[in-house]
Amino acid sequence: MMTIQGDTGRFIEIVKQKVRKDLKKYMSTGEMIGRKGRDLVSIPIPYIDTPDFRLDPQKRGGVAQGKGEEGELLGPPGGDPQGGAGQGEGTHILEVEFTLQELADILGQELELPRIEPKGRDMIVSTRTRYSGVRIVGPESLRLRKRSFVHALKRTIASGTYDPFHPTIYVTKEDKRYRNSKQIVTRNSSAVIIYMMDISGSAGDDIKEIIRTECFWIDTWLRSQYKGIVSRYIVHDAVAKEVTKDVFYRTRESGGTLFSSAYSLCRDIILKEYPLPSWNVYTFHFTDGQNWKSDNDECVTLLRDSLLPRVNMFGFGRVGMSNDLYNFLEVLIREFEECDNIVLSTYPLLMPYSRQ
Amino acid sequence: MSTWVRSLSPLLETTRKDIEEIARSCGLDFFDVIFEVVDYAQMNMLAAYGGFPQRYPHYTFGQEYYRLSKSYAYGLHRIYEMVINNDPCYAYLMESNQSVDDKLVMAHVYAHCDFFKNNMWFAHTNRKMMDEMANHASRIRYYVEQQGSDVVESFLDASRSIDSLIDIHSLHVVRREERRVTDDLLHVPEKEDDHVRRLTVPRGYLDSFVNPSVYIQEEKKRMERERNPEVAFPPVPEADVVQFLLENADLAPWQSDILSMLREEAYYFVPQAQTKIMNEGWATYWHSHIMTDRMVATSQEIIDYADHHSGTVQLGRSLNPYRLGVQLFQDIKERWDKGKFGPEYDRCEDMTQLSHWDTHAGRGLEKIFEIRSTYNDVGFIEAFFTPEFCERNNYFTYGYNEHYRQYKIESRNFEEVKRKLLMSISNCGRPRVVLKDANYLNRNEMYLVHLHEGVGLKLAYAIETLKYVYVLWKRPVHVETISGDKRVLVSFDGKESKVYTLK
Repeated sequence: MMTIQGDTGRFIEIVKQKVRKDLKKYMSTGEMIGRKGRDLVSIPIPYIDTPDFRLDPQKRGGVAQGKGEEGELLGPPGGDPQGGAGQGEGTHILEVEFTLQELADILGQELELPRIEPKGRDMIVSTRTRYSGVRIVGPESLRLRKRSFVHALKRTIASGTYDPFHPTIYVTKEDKRYRNSKQIVTRNSSAVIIYMMDISGSAGDDIKEIIRTECFWIDTWLRSQYKGIVSRYIVHDAVAKEVTKDVFYRTRESGGTLFSSAYSLCRDIILKEYPLPSWNVYTFHFTDGQNWKSDNDECVTLLRDSLLPRVNMFGFGRVGMSNDLYNFLEVLIREFEECDNIVLSTYPLLMPYSRQ
Repeated sequence: MSTWVRSLSPLLETTRKDIEEIARSCGLDFFDVIFEVVDYAQMNMLAAYGGFPQRYPHYTFGQEYYRLSKSYAYGLHRIYEMVINNDPCYAYLMESNQSVDDKLVMAHVYAHCDFFKNNMWFAHTNRKMMDEMANHASRIRYYVEQQGSDVVESFLDASRSIDSLIDIHSLHVVRREERRVTDDLLHVPEKEDDHVRRLTVPRGYLDSFVNPSVYIQEEKKRMERERNPEVAFPPVPEADVVQFLLENADLAPWQSDILSMLREEAYYFVPQAQTKIMNEGWATYWHSHIMTDRMVATSQEIIDYADHHSGTVQLGRSLNPYRLGVQLFQDIKERWDKGKFGPEYDRCEDMTQLSHWDTHAGRGLEKIFEIRSTYNDVGFIEAFFTPEFCERNNYFTYGYNEHYRQYKIESRNFEEVKRKLLMSISNCGRPRVVLKDANYLNRNEMYLVHLHEGVGLKLAYAIETLKYVYVLWKRPVHVETISGDKRVLVSFDGKESKVYTLK
């Protein structure tokens, strides 16, 4: 371990804003051009530019060597890593790599997200066996020969019968030592995320991109909170079906829209595979917000009676502009105002909205 | 020295002995040099630490190490060698060096070490700096434990931002006695008779005419002023602002100690910044002499040597101190070998005669050794950067063009080039900021003046730096500089920063 690793760790902590937030104003980002194989890669790196009295390098200019007429342009500052007055001014560019876990930590800190209190924490218990101790009784297969012999030797010496010229040692029963196993109990809390998406024609590529991004952040945050998280994906138009992650992001169909189809499938999955109380269930539904009017009531019933009591959170994300009467978002606001495990989000797209 | 470094292999040790002997036979005179073999991570760490294996904890070292590691991983740089001015000299060889690189580095290092030992500007550096740096590190670590890392680190930030405000020549001249300036203020002149001297008047009624009351009043005021002179504080502008702060700022003992350590380190690094061109030029001159003229590079190695050597002295778009330095030394050696100096040469105006001038003076070697002992970069350029040299090597000045947002070749005029070159290396290339008044407006405010040479301080940085000065001085601080062609005063009063235009 080199001593400088302490300083490097400190630097990374500062860059990640864990400590010394007063230095934030001096941080700059830029990039350094590197090579990887034959390709040039740009390496983005934040840099803490601590101030001192310095001359303005642009006004200062300098002296260099080479050919060229007076008045010839030499290129913009910064483009050349040697640019400036040969002082290497402002060319420090650094990269800090974040793991997904660290990203989630930052997300949590920046948005001041609460630590999630998992349900059923003590419900899932797994035990492992580890040999970590010594005891005086046990099966012969677990006997520690060396340790038993040492005890026998000690006893022999202590009793004064030890003869260095005829070192015969008898291992008696009380000398024997055995491995002792220990049960290690770990408690897991498990979680499942169920994503639902309305694929009834109107969702364009940009909308999918937004949904994908939103799902990524939801995933990242929840994964930082739970171990062994499961994701399930449901797509629906008038009927719902479970699909793989890949299909979830690609499928595009057209047809009517019945939210209730997705909600009832979701309910079935939860009832069958993730029964309370050992599972933490998170459900998210993304749509453009339009549902058949006659379906709204059924959805509300499904949500109120079957889904909301069983899930930690139900998230409804409306992506796109929709202002007609059947707007499901408004129904949700009206019906579930007092409910605290329902989360609504909208992303209004400022583009002409069309629907066949 | 820590245990992670490895000493030389028997093969390298043989090489080292050979090169040491050759270097001595060239006339180089150096401290013992201890070579150590390090891997790239250790080399990057040493480079980030400014060559020393132990430094005080600060994130900027980590930042530099991180940058070097990245840069190394992406093949953007490679450090062949590093050498520390210390007795004995420590030098590091990269583990992955080819044997020809090691030879080159050793020759280079011996010349650096000769320079450290014999150049007069290094005469006042601490030759046990390796130990001193380690002492500083452990003292600051102790303060970190005592005061907490955030507190010490913030103080280090403030101190580091102004640790270049020192008087780089003060090592070689005595500016004033080392005493507290406050002694001057405490010294009160003896009480004098406050009677105004009057002219003697034979008759009483003439008194008001001979000694008019106006005169008496003025005289009284004058005497009053003389008794209580307004002592300027400091009496003369102070270039060593750090020392002034140490003597006069309200600092806790641990803060004074840290500031004084940083000041000591800053002074230690001054000669290296002052002689960058000469030092690198000198080392490059000798490694090239030893490797080729003394045939240390074998015939298989000579191509690699040439490749790496040309990498060192390559023509970049900016000034390459290795190149400028070695070309100047070669030029000087040639001129003094051929006797191209002195009044006769200077007076000669016949171009043909000048270009064929050769008196077989043969004093080149003697001259370059003399130069390496007594000059620093400013003097070196001033004396030996000649119009012929400038023209032959295509030097030019460049400046930033607002319209194109690009750098532009401004001039190839010799005077211009030399002026700008000297400007860029004077005061180690840093702006000169002196303390003019520490009792500005009679309110204990600190008034700094940037002694500019046509280019002002970068205002955004000056504003932020003043906040750090405020941390140390704890009273409002000001710095006078220029912006465009106007004089401006940047102020920070503890709450907000202001920039005033001065008349």
